[in-house]
Amino acid sequence: MAKRRANPRRRDCVACGVCVLQCPNGAIHVHRGCYAVVDEQLCMGCGLCGQACPADAIDLMDVKQEGNNGNN
Amino acid sequence: MATTKKKTHWYQYLWIWSILYFALGFFNILFAWLGLIDFILPLIFAIVGGNKWFCNNMCGRGQLFWVLGRNLKCSRRKSAPKWLSSKWFRYGFLTFFMTMFGTMIFQTYLVFSGAGTLRKAIKLFWTFRVPWKWAYNGSVFPDWVAQFGFGFYSLMLTSTLIGLIVMVLYRERTWCSFCPMGTMTQGICQLKARGDRDDNGR
Repeated sequence: MAKRRANPRRRDCVACGVCVLQCPNGAIHVHRGCYAVVDEQLCMGCGLCGQACPADAIDLMDVKQEGNNGNN
Repeated sequence: MATTKKKTHWYQYLWIWSILYFALGFFNILFAWLGLIDFILPLIFAIVGGNKWFCNNMCGRGQLFWVLGRNLKCSRRKSAPKWLSSKWFRYGFLTFFMTMFGTMIFQTYLVFSGAGTLRKAIKLFWTFRVPWKWAYNGSVFPDWVAQFGFGFYSLMLTSTLIGLIVMVLYRERTWCSFCPMGTMTQGICQLKARGDRDDNGR
Protein backbone atom coordinates (compact mmCIF):
# COMPACT_ATOMS: atom_id res chain seq x y z
CA MET A 1 0.00 0.00 0.00
CA ALA A 2 1.35 3.41 -0.92
CA LYS A 3 2.30 5.63 1.97
CA ARG A 4 0.15 8.70 2.43
CA ARG A 5 1.00 11.93 4.09
CA ALA A 6 -0.65 15.20 4.96
CA ASN A 7 -0.02 18.07 2.63
CA PRO A 8 -1.14 21.47 3.95
CA ARG A 9 -1.84 24.08 1.30
CA ARG A 10 0.08 27.17 2.38
CA ARG A 11 -2.14 29.55 0.48
CA ASP A 12 -5.21 28.39 2.40
CA CYS A 13 -3.61 27.76 5.80
CA VAL A 14 -4.71 30.19 8.54
CA ALA A 15 -1.95 29.04 10.90
CA CYS A 16 -4.39 28.33 13.73
CA GLY A 17 -2.41 25.29 14.85
CA VAL A 18 -5.35 22.91 15.27
CA CYS A 19 -3.53 20.34 13.12
CA VAL A 20 -0.49 20.54 15.40
CA LEU A 21 -2.66 19.71 18.41
CA GLN A 22 -4.27 16.80 16.60
CA CYS A 23 -1.18 15.14 15.19
CA PRO A 24 -0.42 12.02 17.28
CA ASN A 25 3.15 11.94 16.00
CA GLY A 26 4.16 15.55 16.51
CA ALA A 27 4.80 15.77 12.78
CA ILE A 28 3.35 19.24 12.21
CA HIS A 29 4.47 22.67 13.28
CA VAL A 30 3.34 26.17 12.37
CA HIS A 31 6.22 27.87 10.65
CA ARG A 32 6.79 31.36 12.09
CA GLY A 33 3.06 31.95 12.48
CA CYS A 34 2.52 31.75 8.72
CA TYR A 35 1.50 28.22 7.71
CA ALA A 36 1.62 24.58 8.81
CA VAL A 37 4.55 22.42 7.75
CA VAL A 38 4.54 18.62 7.86
CA ASP A 39 7.61 16.53 8.61
CA GLU A 40 7.48 13.88 5.90
CA GLN A 41 9.45 11.42 7.99
CA LEU A 42 7.10 11.59 10.95
CA CYS A 43 3.74 11.84 9.19
CA MET A 44 1.93 8.52 9.02
CA GLY A 45 -0.96 9.83 6.94
CA CYS A 46 -3.69 9.24 9.52
CA GLY A 47 -5.62 12.31 8.35
CA LEU A 48 -6.63 13.54 11.82
CA CYS A 49 -5.20 16.97 11.01
CA GLY A 50 -7.27 17.32 7.86
CA GLN A 51 -10.45 16.36 9.69
CA ALA A 52 -9.87 19.11 12.22
CA CYS A 53 -8.60 21.87 9.91
CA PRO A 54 -11.17 24.69 9.94
CA ALA A 55 -10.03 25.96 6.55
CA ASP A 56 -10.01 22.52 4.95
CA ALA A 57 -6.46 23.27 3.89
CA ILE A 58 -4.90 19.82 4.34
CA ASP A 59 -4.97 17.13 1.66
CA LEU A 60 -3.84 13.55 2.06
CA MET A 61 -1.39 12.83 -0.72
CA ASP A 62 -0.03 9.59 -2.02
CA VAL A 63 3.71 9.92 -1.46
CA LYS A 64 4.59 8.11 -4.70
CA GLN A 65 2.22 10.12 -6.88
CA GLU A 66 2.90 13.38 -5.14
CA GLY A 67 3.82 16.13 -7.57
CA ASN A 68 4.22 19.11 -5.27
CA ASN A 69 5.58 19.45 -1.79
CA GLY A 70 3.19 21.99 -0.41
CA ASN A 71 4.59 24.83 -2.44
CA ASN A 72 1.21 25.99 -3.68
CA MET B 1 3.53 2.79 14.88
CA ALA B 2 4.63 4.39 18.09
CA THR B 3 3.23 7.82 18.79
CA THR B 4 4.68 10.49 21.01
CA LYS B 5 2.84 10.95 24.29
CA LYS B 6 1.87 14.56 24.68
CA LYS B 7 2.45 16.34 27.95
CA THR B 8 -0.45 18.24 29.43
CA HIS B 9 0.18 21.90 30.12
CA TRP B 10 -1.67 24.38 32.28
CA TYR B 11 -2.55 26.53 29.27
CA GLN B 12 -4.63 23.73 27.80
CA TYR B 13 -7.28 24.58 30.37
CA LEU B 14 -7.70 28.20 29.37
CA TRP B 15 -11.15 27.38 27.99
CA ILE B 16 -12.23 27.68 31.63
CA TRP B 17 -11.04 31.28 31.56
CA SER B 18 -13.27 31.91 28.55
CA ILE B 19 -16.35 30.81 30.49
CA LEU B 20 -15.22 32.60 33.64
CA TYR B 21 -14.79 35.85 31.70
CA PHE B 22 -18.43 35.93 30.61
CA ALA B 23 -19.61 34.85 34.05
CA LEU B 24 -17.67 37.65 35.74
CA GLY B 25 -18.93 40.23 33.25
CA PHE B 26 -22.48 39.12 33.90
CA PHE B 27 -22.16 40.21 37.51
CA ASN B 28 -19.80 43.15 37.15
CA ILE B 29 -19.09 44.74 33.81
CA LEU B 30 -15.73 46.11 34.95
CA PHE B 31 -14.35 42.57 34.58
CA ALA B 32 -14.83 43.01 30.81
CA TRP B 33 -11.55 44.93 30.83
CA LEU B 34 -9.74 41.63 31.47
CA GLY B 35 -10.62 40.67 27.90
CA LEU B 36 -7.94 43.09 26.74
CA ILE B 37 -5.42 40.41 27.74
CA ASP B 38 -6.76 38.31 24.86
CA PHE B 39 -6.28 41.28 22.54
CA ILE B 40 -2.81 42.32 23.63
CA LEU B 41 -1.08 38.96 24.24
CA PRO B 42 -1.48 37.58 20.68
CA LEU B 43 -0.16 40.87 19.32
CA ILE B 44 2.88 40.75 21.61
CA PHE B 45 3.59 37.16 20.52
CA ALA B 46 3.29 38.16 16.86
CA ILE B 47 5.18 41.47 17.01
CA VAL B 48 7.96 40.40 19.37
CA GLY B 49 8.21 36.66 18.73
CA GLY B 50 6.96 36.57 15.13
CA ASN B 51 4.72 33.61 15.93
CA LYS B 52 1.12 32.62 16.59
CA TRP B 53 1.90 30.76 19.79
CA PHE B 54 -1.07 32.37 21.51
CA CYS B 55 -3.53 31.18 18.83
CA ASN B 56 -1.85 27.79 18.62
CA ASN B 57 -1.70 27.06 22.34
CA MET B 58 -3.33 29.62 24.59
CA CYS B 59 -6.55 30.78 22.97
CA GLY B 60 -9.26 29.98 25.49
CA ARG B 61 -12.00 30.66 23.00
CA GLY B 62 -10.59 28.22 20.44
CA GLN B 63 -10.19 25.65 23.20
CA LEU B 64 -13.79 26.20 24.32
CA PHE B 65 -15.04 25.57 20.78
CA TRP B 66 -12.99 22.37 20.75
CA VAL B 67 -14.32 21.20 24.10
CA LEU B 68 -17.92 21.88 23.08
CA GLY B 69 -17.60 20.83 19.46
CA ARG B 70 -15.42 17.74 19.71
CA ASN B 71 -15.59 16.51 23.30
CA LEU B 72 -19.27 17.30 23.83
CA LYS B 73 -20.15 16.52 20.20
CA CYS B 74 -21.91 19.83 19.54
CA SER B 75 -20.42 20.25 16.09
CA ARG B 76 -21.58 18.75 12.79
CA ARG B 77 -17.88 18.57 11.83
CA LYS B 78 -18.64 19.46 8.21
CA SER B 79 -16.42 21.48 5.92
CA ALA B 80 -17.13 25.20 6.06
CA PRO B 81 -17.74 27.12 2.80
CA LYS B 82 -14.46 28.10 1.14
CA TRP B 83 -15.25 31.83 1.19
CA LEU B 84 -15.27 31.80 5.00
CA SER B 85 -11.50 31.29 5.06
CA SER B 86 -10.74 33.27 1.90
CA LYS B 87 -8.40 36.26 2.13
CA TRP B 88 -10.99 38.83 1.09
CA PHE B 89 -13.47 37.64 3.72
CA ARG B 90 -10.85 37.37 6.45
CA TYR B 91 -9.47 40.85 5.84
CA GLY B 92 -12.97 42.21 5.21
CA PHE B 93 -14.15 40.84 8.55
CA LEU B 94 -11.04 42.21 10.26
CA THR B 95 -11.77 45.65 8.79
CA PHE B 96 -15.40 45.47 9.89
CA PHE B 97 -14.38 44.29 13.35
CA MET B 98 -11.83 47.06 13.78
CA THR B 99 -14.37 49.65 12.58
CA MET B 100 -16.80 48.43 15.21
CA PHE B 101 -14.02 48.49 17.79
CA GLY B 102 -13.29 52.10 16.80
CA THR B 103 -16.98 52.99 17.14
CA MET B 104 -16.97 51.47 20.61
CA ILE B 105 -13.91 53.52 21.57
CA PHE B 106 -15.69 56.64 20.26
CA GLN B 107 -18.75 55.86 22.41
CA THR B 108 -16.40 55.56 25.37
CA TYR B 109 -14.84 58.92 24.46
CA LEU B 110 -18.27 60.56 24.32
CA VAL B 111 -18.96 59.45 27.90
CA PHE B 112 -15.44 60.52 28.94
CA SER B 113 -15.94 63.99 27.46
CA GLY B 114 -19.41 64.40 28.93
CA ALA B 115 -21.08 64.52 25.49
CA GLY B 116 -22.72 61.14 26.11
CA THR B 117 -24.14 59.28 29.06
CA LEU B 118 -23.46 55.79 30.32
CA ARG B 119 -25.76 53.16 28.81
CA LYS B 120 -26.07 50.08 30.98
CA ALA B 121 -26.72 47.73 28.08
CA ILE B 122 -24.82 45.47 25.77
CA LYS B 123 -25.27 45.28 22.02
CA LEU B 124 -25.36 41.86 20.40
CA PHE B 125 -24.35 41.42 16.76
CA TRP B 126 -23.82 45.21 16.67
CA THR B 127 -27.60 45.56 16.43
CA PHE B 128 -29.66 44.21 19.32
CA ARG B 129 -29.54 46.18 22.55
CA VAL B 130 -29.88 44.00 25.66
CA PRO B 131 -30.36 45.61 29.10
CA TRP B 132 -27.44 44.73 31.40
CA LYS B 133 -28.03 47.18 34.24
CA TRP B 134 -27.50 44.67 37.05
CA ALA B 135 -23.83 44.46 36.13
CA TYR B 136 -22.96 47.99 37.25
CA ASN B 137 -24.07 50.05 40.21
CA GLY B 138 -21.36 52.66 40.27
CA SER B 139 -17.75 52.36 41.35
CA VAL B 140 -14.67 54.38 42.24
CA PHE B 141 -14.00 54.67 38.51
CA PRO B 142 -15.51 57.31 36.20
CA ASP B 143 -18.43 56.33 33.94
CA TRP B 144 -16.34 55.97 30.78
CA VAL B 145 -14.56 52.99 32.37
CA ALA B 146 -17.89 51.18 32.69
CA GLN B 147 -18.94 52.31 29.20
CA PHE B 148 -15.84 50.66 27.75
CA GLY B 149 -16.68 47.54 29.75
CA PHE B 150 -20.19 47.32 28.26
CA GLY B 151 -18.82 47.94 24.76
CA PHE B 152 -15.97 45.48 25.04
CA TYR B 153 -18.14 42.80 26.64
CA SER B 154 -20.60 43.22 23.73
CA LEU B 155 -17.77 42.68 21.26
CA MET B 156 -16.47 39.60 23.07
CA LEU B 157 -19.93 38.06 23.50
CA THR B 158 -20.94 38.74 19.90
CA SER B 159 -17.78 37.20 18.48
CA THR B 160 -18.13 34.17 20.76
CA LEU B 161 -21.74 33.70 19.64
CA ILE B 162 -20.67 33.87 15.98
CA GLY B 163 -17.96 31.32 16.80
CA LEU B 164 -20.50 29.04 18.49
CA ILE B 165 -22.84 29.22 15.48
CA VAL B 166 -20.10 28.26 13.01
CA MET B 167 -18.86 25.62 15.47
CA VAL B 168 -22.26 23.91 15.39
CA LEU B 169 -22.74 24.31 11.63
CA TYR B 170 -19.24 23.44 10.47
CA ARG B 171 -16.02 22.36 12.21
CA GLU B 172 -15.16 22.85 15.87
CA ARG B 173 -12.78 25.75 15.35
CA THR B 174 -14.22 27.28 12.18
CA TRP B 175 -14.11 30.62 13.98
CA CYS B 176 -10.29 30.43 13.86
CA SER B 177 -10.37 30.59 10.06
CA PHE B 178 -11.71 34.16 10.13
CA CYS B 179 -10.96 35.32 13.68
CA PRO B 180 -9.84 38.96 13.41
CA MET B 181 -7.03 38.43 15.91
CA GLY B 182 -5.85 35.37 14.00
CA THR B 183 -5.92 37.24 10.70
CA MET B 184 -4.06 40.18 12.21
CA THR B 185 -1.37 38.07 13.89
CA GLN B 186 -0.85 35.89 10.80
CA GLY B 187 -0.49 39.08 8.73
CA ILE B 188 2.12 40.43 11.17
CA CYS B 189 4.00 37.11 11.12
CA GLN B 190 3.96 37.06 7.31
CA LEU B 191 5.41 40.57 7.25
CA LYS B 192 8.11 39.56 9.71
CA ALA B 193 8.94 36.35 7.80
CA ARG B 194 9.08 37.98 4.34
CA GLY B 195 11.69 36.36 2.14
CA ASP B 196 12.14 33.62 4.66
CA ARG B 197 12.24 29.89 3.80
CA ASP B 198 10.82 27.10 5.90
CA ASP B 199 12.72 24.38 7.69
CA ASN B 200 12.70 22.07 4.68
CA GLY B 201 14.53 24.69 2.66
CA ARG B 202 11.61 25.33 0.32
